[in-house]
This record gives sequence, C-alpha cells and structure tokens, in this order.
Amino acid sequence: MLGIGILKGMVVTAKNFFGSFVNKRLLPTIQYPEAGNSVTLFSRNIPFLVYDNDEDPLGTMRCVACKICEKECPPQCIYIVMEKDANGKPAKRPKVFDIDISVCMGCQICVEVCPFESIKMDSTFELSTPDRFEGLLLKREHLLKSNTYFHKIHPDEAQEVDDRLAAKQKKPAPTPSTPAA
Amino acid sequence: MSTETIAPREYQIYSGDDLRTNVLEISMGPQHPSTHGVFRMDVSLDGETVVKLKPVFGYLHRNHEKIAETTSYLGSMPYTDRLDYFCSMTNNWAYALAVEKMAGLAVPERAEYIRVIMAELTRLQNHASLVGFLTNDLGASGTPLLYAIREREHILDLFEWASGARMMCNYMRFGGVRNDLPSGWLAQCKKVVDDFPAFMDEFETLLTGNEIILSRCQNVGVLPRDLAINASITGPCLRASGVDYDLRKVDKYGIYDRFDFKVPLGSVGDCYDRFMIRLLEMRESVKILKQALATIPEGPVNDSKARNFRPKPAEAYGRIEGPKGELGFYLVSDGTPKPHRYHVRPPSFINLTVLEDMCLGQKIADAVIVLGSIDIVLGEVDR
Amino acid sequence: MIDLAPILAKFPPVKHDAAANALIVPQALALEVAKWLRDDPAYRMDYASNVAGVDTLPVEKKTKVKQPDGTDKEIVTKKPGSMEVVYHLYSMALKHGPITIKQVTTRENPVVTSLTPIYRGAEFQEREAFDLYGIQFEGHPDLRRILMWDEFKDFPMRKDYVEPDDYEYEPTPHDAVLAKAKAHYPKASTSTEAAS
Ligand code: SF4
Ligand code: SF4
Repeated sequence: MLGIGILKGMVVTAKNFFGSFVNKRLLPTIQYPEAGNSVTLFSRNIPFLVYDNDEDPLGTMRCVACKICEKECPPQCIYIVMEKDANGKPAKRPKVFDIDISVCMGCQICVEVCPFESIKMDSTFELSTPDRFEGLLLKREHLLKSNTYFHKIHPDEAQEVDDRLAAKQKKPAPTPSTPAA
Repeated sequence: MSTETIAPREYQIYSGDDLRTNVLEISMGPQHPSTHGVFRMDVSLDGETVVKLKPVFGYLHRNHEKIAETTSYLGSMPYTDRLDYFCSMTNNWAYALAVEKMAGLAVPERAEYIRVIMAELTRLQNHASLVGFLTNDLGASGTPLLYAIREREHILDLFEWASGARMMCNYMRFGGVRNDLPSGWLAQCKKVVDDFPAFMDEFETLLTGNEIILSRCQNVGVLPRDLAINASITGPCLRASGVDYDLRKVDKYGIYDRFDFKVPLGSVGDCYDRFMIRLLEMRESVKILKQALATIPEGPVNDSKARNFRPKPAEAYGRIEGPKGELGFYLVSDGTPKPHRYHVRPPSFINLTVLEDMCLGQKIADAVIVLGSIDIVLGEVDR
Repeated sequence: MIDLAPILAKFPPVKHDAAANALIVPQALALEVAKWLRDDPAYRMDYASNVAGVDTLPVEKKTKVKQPDGTDKEIVTKKPGSMEVVYHLYSMALKHGPITIKQVTTRENPVVTSLTPIYRGAEFQEREAFDLYGIQFEGHPDLRRILMWDEFKDFPMRKDYVEPDDYEYEPTPHDAVLAKAKAHYPKASTSTEAAS
C-alpha cells in the first residue's frame, strides 16, 4: 500500500529520537566546550620536543639537531639551526627549532624518523591566534614540553619510549644513521 | 449602481501555439550543495530535460603527482590520505601495495590481517555515508544522513585509536603497518562490527521500501553493461550494471582469498541498483570482518628495514578495490629515493566519464541523484 | 603473466620492452593493435584501466675510460629524453591482465594516437595527460584542459617546468624557499634568524 514505507521510516525516526534519551550509543554528541573535549588518549595533532628534567628544559632536551626530521618532513615545515659553542664547534643542540604549524599536517613522519626519541606528537588543538604568520610559527620555547607531560597525554607510548631509552643507555650511544636521501 | 462591476471578467487565455522554448544553459556549481564538493556541471536544459552535460572540475587541483615526485617514497604516504579523504586507509594500502610490488617487499601475516580489517571498516563507513548522502540528495534532508554519520563516528573512533587520527590516518607502511593495534582495540572493533547489522536493518526499513526512493531511483540514470565496461567504470557502479568484477576476487591481493564472501550484482544498472549494491556490500564486509577478527594471528606488523629505501629502476602498477572503485598507483623508479613517475588512477575521476550518458534525457533534479550515486570525492577527482 | 608472443608475431613493428614487460607500439599502429587486443577471443582486453604520461629528461653522462696508451678519454653518453603514454589493459571478460602498451614520442613535439575511440575510459585520462604534459592525442573527440583552467599556458607535470614566481610569505623559510624569500621580502626572510 502506498505510504507504508514512509510510515515505517517515521517509526524508525521516532525510535531513534526517544531512544537517544536512554541509549548512549544513539547520541554520541559531546557538548564541547561545556562538557569537556573529545581529545582521546590516542589523538595526534602537532609535534613537540621532549626534555627530561623539569628544572632545566634547555639543558636536558633530547634533540641533537641532526636535521633528519627537517629533511624528511613532507611539507618542509621544520627549520633547524644547530648551536655552535664558543670555538665554533657544533654543540649538538638546536639554536633554532621552528615548526610552522600552519603548514604542518600532523603526519607523524618526523616522529618516526627521529633516532633520538626527541620529537613526539602532542594532542592540543586549541591553537587559534589572531596572527596568521608569526602566531602560528612555534619556536623552540613553545615546542619544548617535559617528559612528564608526555606521560600525561600518551601514557602507554611514553612508557614504551622510556623503556627503549633505558635499554639503549646500557649499550653505547647510537650513531645517527643518515637516511638515504 | 450597475451590477457590471462585480461580474467576473473575461480573460483571454494564450493558446501557446507559437510558444517557442530555447535551450537553457545552466552552470550548476561549483558552490552547490548537491555536488559533494566543488564540482560544476555545465548543463543544457530543454524545459527540465537535460540535453547536454559537461562536468567541469579541477577546483581542488594541487598537482598531487608532482608533489609526490619531489618527495621521498615515504613522504608521499601522508599525502595519499588526502586523495579520497573518506577512505584514507584504502588509499594508503593501494600506495603501499604498488611500492611493495615494485620493490618486492613481503608483508607479515598480522599486518595483512590488520590491513583487511581497516579496509573493510573503511568500506563500511564510506558506503554508509554515501547512502546517507544519497537520501539527502533525494530530499530527506539530514535525518537518515545523520544516522549514517553517527555510525561512521564509531568507526572513526577505532581509526583514531589505532592510528592517532580520525581521517588522515597515515597508518600503512611499506611492508606492513605503522604500529601494532593497541590492547583492547580488537574487542572494541568486534563490538562495533556486531552492532553494525542492526544499523543496516534499520536503514533498510527506513529506505528500501520507501515509495519516494523507489519512484525517484528506479530506472533513473541507467548505465548499460557494455558502456560500463568500455568506459572503465569500476567499483559498485560497475557491479550495479551486472559485471562481476571485484578485484578482491580477481587479483586476490593481500589475503582476500582466505575469506568467504560474495560479490553482489545488480541487473538494471539504475540508481536504485547502485544504492542497493552498497547496502549489500556492507553486509559482505561485515562477514569479512567477522572472519578476519576471529582468525587474526599474533606476530610482527612491519619490517623496520623497509622504511627508507632506494628501489632499483623498475616500474609497477598496483591496484586495489577501494570503496569507490579500482584505485591504482603507477610508479616508475629510476633508482633515486624519489619516484620518477607517480601516477594515481582515481576511481571517481574515471567514473565521471559516463555522467553525461547517464543524465541525458533525465530531469535536472535526477542529475543530482545520478551524480550522488556515482559516489565522487573531489579530493580524488581533482588531485 | 600473459603470453605476448602472438601480438609480436601479428604486428612485427611492435617492440617488446623486456624490463617493463611492455609493448612499444608505433603511433600508426596503435589503434589497430588496441582494437585487435580488445576483440581477439584469446585476449579480450576490454578494459583500459590506467593511462599515464611519463616524461623523461635527456641525460648526459660523462665517464672516463682508460685508453690502451694510458691516457684518460672522456666519453659522453647521451640518452635522449622522451615522452611516453602508458596504457594498462585488463580483461573483465576473462579476468586477466595486465598488458602494458606504450607509445613513445619526442619531448619537443609530443603527438600520439588517442585510444579513446576504442576505450571510452581513456577519455578523461588522455585529457589529463594533455593538460599536464602537453601530449597531443590525435583522434581524441574532446581534447581540452581538464584539471587546469583553460587559459593556463604551461604544462606543469613536465620535468623541466619552472614554477611561476608567486612567492607567498612563509614564516619558516629555508633551503629553496629561503632563496626565493630573499628576493621578495629581504626583511621577512631574515626574521627567523634574527629572532633566535
Ligand atoms: S630528528 Fe630528532 S634529534 Fe634530529 S633534529 Fe629532528 S628532533 Fe632533533
Ligand atoms: S608532523 Fe609531519 S608535517 Fe608536521 S612537522 Fe612532523 S613531519 Fe612535518
């Protein structure tokens, strides 16, 4: 009979409408920002640089300015200058480490290629700024975050990384293997 | 007072014998809600009937192939996510498959299972939202679409859990996948897959018997079998025209030969067939998922040596059955870390070839449904 | 793997490229070969899956060879550039494939035969190759630009394509971008270094 299909559709809609009051599965909406945000433990957004000691961020940063991530980043949004000490010898620390997050696409390639576990993915996303250029250029100071913070946002991954680093400590320090590029 | 003033007047009705109509040219799009992105159709109309239709696109063109030819092999993996941004997992797989074919890399057993699971989840969410969007094009504005989007949400949560991102997953690697599944993922995936048939049943009651859908989709936009083959149509559109060609059965790439599933075929090739094929394919995907989840082995998921490599000079064409059709990558290597030639065979781009043939003689309102039933994503059409 | 010998026997001008396992078909024969491949009952290649243009620049390689009299002689090997169109044909009827067909032409005047009259599915992809590589397809019913806009002059996928100099300010200029930035915004280009 004409119209039966439409009535059936109405019944389904009614079921969903009233069901959403009792069944959480039918209403997955989150009232952001009133009711918390939707960032889960697994999400990645932009990279940050890890340091170990909370008192001395610049002294204990893991990055050695080997520039592998700069070379491998697909949209080329990392810019690194290595620090030189008084005699002009490289100090194995970045003097400049910029990430242009208006270009960064959160692909995690830099994290994968870094041999020193020093760059990891952050999950913050509230990064809006009125300045379209410099405001979206994150400098070394903005990017440095502690290992404690890493444990807070990605506990499992941070634990794995710590275990790997502890295992490496026993062995001689790794030599940065330059990728074939 | 005269009574003449309140008498009905006499009107002359224009007979219309010498009424002439001209063909009306309309540029439909690129900002049009029914074109699923920035897509334009140059339509010529006689009354409401389409007499000529030329698709115009390229508004999202970013020369994906040139970008890929200037980055390393690994570097273009995240860019493949952005081709068909509904199905980043299958895009990753197609690219990884082409590179593996060219460089002769093997994939561990567990990684193959993970790839199948991800690809079938992608198919589920793509088809679910496509069917939702199709009802939206038919005028059921919003409600059924949101049921589909809600279901897609549960699958995207799974993607995020495994890969870190909901849509731009960047999860597959040459010789495997990037990281192993987190603990508890498989159990949650099972739950989502078990809940999915309930949604499909609901969707079918909602739609398949619906008189409006029947009268607007049946015998609209018929694609004859021979034309479909000759015009290289692939995917659900091809199978709706009754051609039994599913790369999961033909090429048996990955480990698809281990699963028991069927290939649904249409008989008429109209919009209704294309719509039903997608609903039926979702049921088959659920079957594959259940088998894969039950038999997935333990083991390594990638080959860490395959991360950065220089393939020997060679060329390869790798293709998979994406949710929209055959997604292929043609790679030519000249022995440097960058591909010499990187070409994408985008299914929705080629499926648009027959848009004009399917729309000729139909009403302009039906052209919208025909376009919706082809299932295009402009990120892939324009590249 | 498909046996290509019958094709080579039937069309002697067709060459076999063993490295890529492809058939190199001369332009004059392309339509005929494609038609035969489509209709021959043993092949039934009814489905043109993929069409791609390939551009190769000419290379000059200098190698030093020791002469018998002890002096070095420089030998310059020149490999001419080429423009190719590659077709991957499959069979939907017999479910086999692929057969790869190549039409090779020159970079200076790239003209090949369009296979659209045989395979409708090549229509958009040949237009794409025309658009991005500037390859002329003879016999194509509707050869227009498809991805770039109609007024666009150049062919962006060619290997020697030079990007137009429309530099936009980028906060992290380095390498090639830095060189470009210096020409445009002398101040902006140094700001990142100055700030550190
Ligand atoms: S790869 Fe790691 S150590 Fe090297 S520069 Fe990048 S972040 Fe620093
Ligand atoms: S996440 Fe990707 S785009 Fe962003 S800095 Fe790392 S490599 Fe570059």
